[in-house]
Amino acid sequence: MRPLSTLYTWSAIAMVVFASTAGDILLAKAMRQIGDLGHLRQKKGIFAVVARVLGSTTFMCAVFFMAIAFFSLLVGLSWADVSLVAPAAASLTFVTNAVAARIFLKEDVDRRRWFAALFVAAGVLLISH
Amino acid sequence: MNFRKCLVLLSVVLFSSAGDVMLSRGMKQVGEIHLKNLGSVFSALGNFWILLGVCFLLIFFASYMTSLSWADLTFVLPATSFSYVVMTLLAYTLLHERISVQRWCGIMLIVAGVGFVARGPSHTEHVAEVAQPVPELTKPGFVEANK
Repeated sequence: MRPLSTLYTWSAIAMVVFASTAGDILLAKAMRQIGDLGHLRQKKGIFAVVARVLGSTTFMCAVFFMAIAFFSLLVGLSWADVSLVAPAAASLTFVTNAVAARIFLKEDVDRRRWFAALFVAAGVLLISH
Repeated sequence: MNFRKCLVLLSVVLFSSAGDVMLSRGMKQVGEIHLKNLGSVFSALGNFWILLGVCFLLIFFASYMTSLSWADLTFVLPATSFSYVVMTLLAYTLLHERISVQRWCGIMLIVAGVGFVARGPSHTEHVAEVAQPVPELTKPGFVEANK
């Protein structure tokens, strides 16, 4: 792979990682604000769930960042093999999500969850090669 | 973790792996997208496999949202990473692909990672949630009836 092509590929991967982390954090925040979707559907029906989700500004911001991640992934896939772009982006996102969830969502990321994130990230990298 | 929640997590695993495979197949047909012509990325949406992949990923997204409404992000992500194992095993059994020792090691690491989170709680109890009164417990006469 040429140096410029490598730079393009890793720029796309970095963009996917940033945008998917932002999207995941915002989506988790939106779902936490809305509450258990299963219970909401049982009580008020599917249309109330859809209205509640689509009415959330945090959800809309999450979708915006996920759309950026999706198109960055498509661009990255057209520049390099899926066996590099998808696992590299996915494995890095596991680690950035754990850090971001601890900071922004105040999740209890204990030793067990850190190990899980790192094991999965390493596993995804190994599977891809 | 009840049966319904396990089913939602299973749906995340199955639809994400199938959707990714379809997207990959579609992008191979669409071809390379150049920096000068970034707008052509939208034309990829006309491809059958991309469209089918998007449909599968929409179902994955609905299941993913549902799981995030009752579990932590740092629980859901490693728990659903089992999709990588499913994809590799499907390639081994259906497509007769050769799985190297390195890949088997990757599978074992992911399974271990999933095992780590599966043994722990799925949701962080925040102070505000714990402090919230349970409506049934505050009904008049409840305390007297349960004395």
